[in-house]
Amino acid sequence: MTASNDSSDVVLDVTGLTKRFGGLIAVDSVDFQVRRRQIVSLIGPNGAGKTTFFNMVAGQYEPSAGRVIFNGKALHGLRPHQITARGIGRTFQNIRLFTNETLLENVLVGMHSRLKSGPFASLLRLPSQRREENEAREKGMALLHLVRLDRYANEAAGNLPYGMQRRLEMARALASEPQLLLLDEPTAGMNPQETVNMIALIRRVRDAFGVAVLLIEHDMQVVMGLSERVTVLNYGQKIAEGTPLDVQRNDNVIEAYLGRRHKRPEDEAADGGTH
Amino acid sequence: MQTAPRMTPGRRAYVEVPADPQQTRNRILQAIAVAFIVAYPFLDLLFGWQALLAFIPMMLMITLALGLNIVVGYAGLLDLGYAAFYAIGAYAAAFFTSPNSPLARVLPGSPFAWMQDFWVAMIMAVLVSGFAGALLGAPTLRLRGDYLALVTLGFGEIVPRLIKNLEPWTKGVKGMNPIGRPYLFGCQFGVDPCEILGMKLKLGMIPYYYLTLVIGAISIFAIIRLRNSRLGRAWAAIRDDEIAAQGMGINPVTTKLWAFSLGASFSGATGAIFGAYLQTISPDQFEYSTSVIVLCMVILGGTGNIWGVMLGGLLIQSFDRIFAERLTGWIHKAGALTGDPTITAAFNSFDLLKSRLLVFGLCLVLIMNLRPQGILPNRKRRETALTDLPEEDLVPEESVLIAGADVPTEKPR
Ligand SMILES: Nc1ncnc2c1ncn2[C@@H]1O[C@H](COP(=O)(O)OP(=O)(O)OP(=O)(O)O)[C@@H](O)[C@H]1O
Ligand SMILES: [Mg+2]
Repeated sequence: MTASNDSSDVVLDVTGLTKRFGGLIAVDSVDFQVRRRQIVSLIGPNGAGKTTFFNMVAGQYEPSAGRVIFNGKALHGLRPHQITARGIGRTFQNIRLFTNETLLENVLVGMHSRLKSGPFASLLRLPSQRREENEAREKGMALLHLVRLDRYANEAAGNLPYGMQRRLEMARALASEPQLLLLDEPTAGMNPQETVNMIALIRRVRDAFGVAVLLIEHDMQVVMGLSERVTVLNYGQKIAEGTPLDVQRNDNVIEAYLGRRHKRPEDEAADGGTH
Repeated sequence: MQTAPRMTPGRRAYVEVPADPQQTRNRILQAIAVAFIVAYPFLDLLFGWQALLAFIPMMLMITLALGLNIVVGYAGLLDLGYAAFYAIGAYAAAFFTSPNSPLARVLPGSPFAWMQDFWVAMIMAVLVSGFAGALLGAPTLRLRGDYLALVTLGFGEIVPRLIKNLEPWTKGVKGMNPIGRPYLFGCQFGVDPCEILGMKLKLGMIPYYYLTLVIGAISIFAIIRLRNSRLGRAWAAIRDDEIAAQGMGINPVTTKLWAFSLGASFSGATGAIFGAYLQTISPDQFEYSTSVIVLCMVILGGTGNIWGVMLGGLLIQSFDRIFAERLTGWIHKAGALTGDPTITAAFNSFDLLKSRLLVFGLCLVLIMNLRPQGILPNRKRRETALTDLPEEDLVPEESVLIAGADVPTEKPR
């Protein structure tokens, strides 16, 4: 690993982040860091609190405790749209496209916080508004080309099949020019070939845009093939962190995923030895 | 603030939008419709249709529906009290121009006398209605769908009641009259003869027809421009999925506030013309039923599609102002033809105008069941599946992603 200790290299710095829903502690004092240009995975069994963690970072949920620092500034009290403007883009676990709008319009909506024209500039078609709009469309088409959907630019997003919708959501998130991209299960529901393409796409997006990527994944092929660091949540708590290989061998992780009874005999022996 | 990554303009080829074959057909239909509408007053005179006086309020109502469509169709906010803004626009214009308004005691002779001009009053009406929209929206737009609808319903009830009770200013139930007429090119609208270029012309209500037409056309242009702008896309996003819209950087409160305010401002101009045309306004013209009929026009034709809204408006209004009366007349005649007194009496008891709300209700129920998106829906769903590119083309090639080629690159900090 090439992780440096330079703190300006940290794009997302989360400490003690907690979310309670009534009696349930969905996320429990999680500390977490993402560095620039890093691809980090957040994994854990169903209901571990991964999406809740995302929702707090993106401002959808207000944390019960803890703080989120992005680019050196606290995100406390900011509304989701303000956080997007600061440079965090996201996709959703259960795809939330604007289904009645065209693909290009979806991507243009993603650019909202980077565009300036107000209603009066648009009513009068001021030259500045026209220029901005043309540039936005060109950029939108380039992003659609990146995810290979440009030929359907004028199709309604709701008409796309599932896998293509996930790609569109990614282009839409990129349109906000994020420095941190949050992807909630980007390959869920994809066939093996689509998954392989998605892995390649995510890696290339990181290389070209220089974004840091934080992704939630269940598919271990994706996690292992893509991430530089992996963090594991279980019942809201961080139970392991490290390189994919570290995490794969971690006892707590194996236990969380498989349960104590399914442990391999050699692990059982190791347990007895160390505890 | 850190500068956002810059984009260099990409390959132009991708910006070209594929031509839509249906568009040419639509263009031709539109051209025919426009020609007919522009020539209508003369056709009316020529053929003696005598429907000009029905057409003017009809077009005003359609313009009103276009304004409401911003709120309901574009931003997806159910507004059950839109007539309130219409009332505010009409009364604002009357305030400035009517000799019976309290302002008429102070304005003449003052440095603000120019405000009594109809055109100034119309612009004031637009501003006042837009402001009223923002005023109602600011505290209420955080409410979710049904609750917001209830608040607008209440607002629609309160405004006519206020007008009734603020008698010293509004003349209460008696209403305000007369109202200042527009004056243009030496012609006082609705007052014959008009003197244009030295010719004395008998124009009747024709100037009002063209005024309404121009305001309607301006509204259409403005609404199309708004729809295809950053704000218009934000409206659609909020309507489709508010959480996702927030995640894309859209402030839901200001976006809805703009919808409310801009939507209301269209009713301002309409209200001003309506008052000047009728020369009298009273609170009962802005009751709940007006809000509902305008809403029906939006829903019947196709929420969110301005051509649909105009079609819905045309159908409802032409029934209301032309066909209901004529159909009733024909039914009565048909009854008389039978010669049988009981049948004649039965047929004579038919009155479509009296049961107009029943007819609208039935139409809406039918439409909601047969075609819930309206006659001309906003966007067509396609039946055939879209296919992906062949496997080997799906992975982005290096050239696409090489820094600066056609995607954003990180700027050195
Ligand atoms: N808005 C909410 N109100 C109440 N409970 C919630 C809410 N959102 C999430 N939870 C609960 O918090 C826990 C964590 O949920 P979360 O969606 O974060 O899990 P996850 O790790 O994303 O799971 P999955 O892999 O299934 O997506 C679950 O028990 C869930 O029921
Ligand atoms: Mg989840």
